[in-house]
Amino acid sequence: MNREKLNNRLQKIKDKLIDIVQTRDRRIYISCESQNACDVCKFLFEDLTLRFIIATGIDSDNCFEVLYHFANDETGDIVTVKAIIRDRENPSIESITPFIPGAEWIEREIHDILGIEIKNHPNMRRLILHDDWPEGVYPLRKTRPEVNEGTVI
Amino acid sequence: MNKAMNKPVLAVGPFHPLQEEMEYFQLTVDGEIVTDIDVRISYNHRGIEKISETLQFDQVPYLVSRVCGICSASHPLAYINAVEEIAGVTAPERAQYIRVIINELERIHSHLLWVGLGGHFIGYDTVFMWAWKYREPVLDLLEAITGNRNNYGNVCVGGCREDIPDEMIPKILKELDTIEKKTEMLTKAVLDDPVLHARLKGVGILTKEAAVKYAVTGPTARGSGIAIDVRHDDPYAAYGDLDWKVISQPEGDVFAKAVVRLLEIFESIKMIREALKKLPKGPIAVEVKQIPPGEGCGHAEAPRGETFHYVRSDGGNRPIRHKIRAPSYVNVPSFKASCIGQNISDVTLTLASVDPCYSCTERVAVVDSHHNIINDYEALLQMSRDKTARLKKEIGAPELKMEES
Amino acid sequence: MSWKMWSLKKSIWVFHVNTGACNNCDIEIVNCLTPKYDIERFGIKLVGSPRHADALLVTGVVTLQALPRLLEVYRQTAKPCVVFPIGACACDTGIFYNGYHVAGPVDKIIREEDPNAIIAYVPGCPPKPEAMISGVMKALSAI
Repeated sequence: MNREKLNNRLQKIKDKLIDIVQTRDRRIYISCESQNACDVCKFLFEDLTLRFIIATGIDSDNCFEVLYHFANDETGDIVTVKAIIRDRENPSIESITPFIPGAEWIEREIHDILGIEIKNHPNMRRLILHDDWPEGVYPLRKTRPEVNEGTVI
Repeated sequence: MNKAMNKPVLAVGPFHPLQEEMEYFQLTVDGEIVTDIDVRISYNHRGIEKISETLQFDQVPYLVSRVCGICSASHPLAYINAVEEIAGVTAPERAQYIRVIINELERIHSHLLWVGLGGHFIGYDTVFMWAWKYREPVLDLLEAITGNRNNYGNVCVGGCREDIPDEMIPKILKELDTIEKKTEMLTKAVLDDPVLHARLKGVGILTKEAAVKYAVTGPTARGSGIAIDVRHDDPYAAYGDLDWKVISQPEGDVFAKAVVRLLEIFESIKMIREALKKLPKGPIAVEVKQIPPGEGCGHAEAPRGETFHYVRSDGGNRPIRHKIRAPSYVNVPSFKASCIGQNISDVTLTLASVDPCYSCTERVAVVDSHHNIINDYEALLQMSRDKTARLKKEIGAPELKMEES
Repeated sequence: MSWKMWSLKKSIWVFHVNTGACNNCDIEIVNCLTPKYDIERFGIKLVGSPRHADALLVTGVVTLQALPRLLEVYRQTAKPCVVFPIGACACDTGIFYNGYHVAGPVDKIIREEDPNAIIAYVPGCPPKPEAMISGVMKALSAI
């Protein structure tokens, strides 16, 4: 699939998106609200057959963001879906693991380190933090800047 | 839950007597067949993404080269790609070529390392010793160029730290000839061996469909017939100017992955030769004054697959978010697709076949609830080796005395 | 010198513990076994169980998840034994000193378990195989 075709196909889901930005050649950023993210990812993965790279959870100024990175290996594009979660108190987002099994680990990791609830995740257990890590402490939140607070010795 | 409790469970990890890092696998087995696999990581979680937020942009490459000791050239390169994208700078051409040379040398030594370990897992310690012996000259070359055998720390934002002096080029070319000859011998010995054909073919098959679903990268994907390679698809550094081809094999088994890795060594040698020949004159770095606000995605092809870095800057001198994805992060979960239905004696090999950056297999306790037999890691390794010996007898290969590890 | 110490110094068998390393030190340790360095000629052998070992080669900064496992391995090792923190991270947490998942340097943790532990450091990032061999030899001649 070439780039023009990709852009045309993206128009199909335009009503679900906030905007499409191309920062430079081969880098496309799509932003959307968190409730639409799952559908957008499904469209990119199943209809456009892009390869899932990874997701990034970010604690932004007044919201949380979950970025889903996809790659189009024929053109070398990286398409990033930015899902904005505006609810800071109880952040949550729909899981994409049911149709992308490769996303299982990263969704568990985002839950561990940022405390974003992943809805309908098939296997939500602790992944990256150690067994005795206190519940409700999320190391990558900006409200927790001291990096070595977890040190026990 | 109760149902799962009744099934025999095989625990693999977290320590390993050979190399590699801690990881804990729990295999549910039915007789000799693996029916489920569960992984517990975290033993190696050092919180690098958070530490990165406390470092300055030019200090981060030294941190990310310590994400993984074997990929210590590709992680910084992926990070640099992301930061240079934000800053809008391009490194001088000479620096681009030097980056290619360091990265390809790294790929050669990493693939040789894997071939050796794979040999060890099936009881071919000769291959292990050979491959690691031929790997040494590569490390010596890297030490001569960058000053360290691993953790080169050779890239910086806007260029490279160490140049390749002209008088060193003939020496590198000469070493490459030796390495090529030795690798050729090793490849022939490995690929023409009927025992290895019998032992590795059809083992741990990862189908193309599963590979797409689990979004695997690198030799794991290329062994399953998906010809993706970041160097080819989104050329960074000087890969766009060089003449080489992407190696892929359709079968998806352990043998295909071994073939991909072995043949890639030759592509890498070819690439280094060409890069040394074309090496342009000029400076090796440009000065980067500040990193403007923005975000960037950088990726690079590490020996194990695609390394992906996402960096966000707010205009200060530290990244406010830095996401690192190592290739094993997507390759390891694909065990679910490739291990289930396998023999226990094939599992070590299948686990090893994706070349996981952190891995497994010490203190393996096979608990068979029917007979109350408790085996350990040595026994599992022995099972793998016995199968090789059995196959050897079946196809009538000459008996070789295998030394105990 | 007690006979236990005397026998410790002969043909030392080592067990390798990775407590959160980047793989570099680990690979250099395995490199020591391969034809170029071949430490078995000194009688040093890598073994698969801490119960057989005279020395522990600990690599990497100790992560919180690895901490109880390291202590367990240390308890299982036959005493007297020597603990070798290999590499900058194991010696003094190195570049990861402020990580939230880091428990601390190896010597501190081992000393808390056993104040009389014999600890010998091999610094470097990663130490070269030659450095490891020389570190082990120097430590053995010192005790």
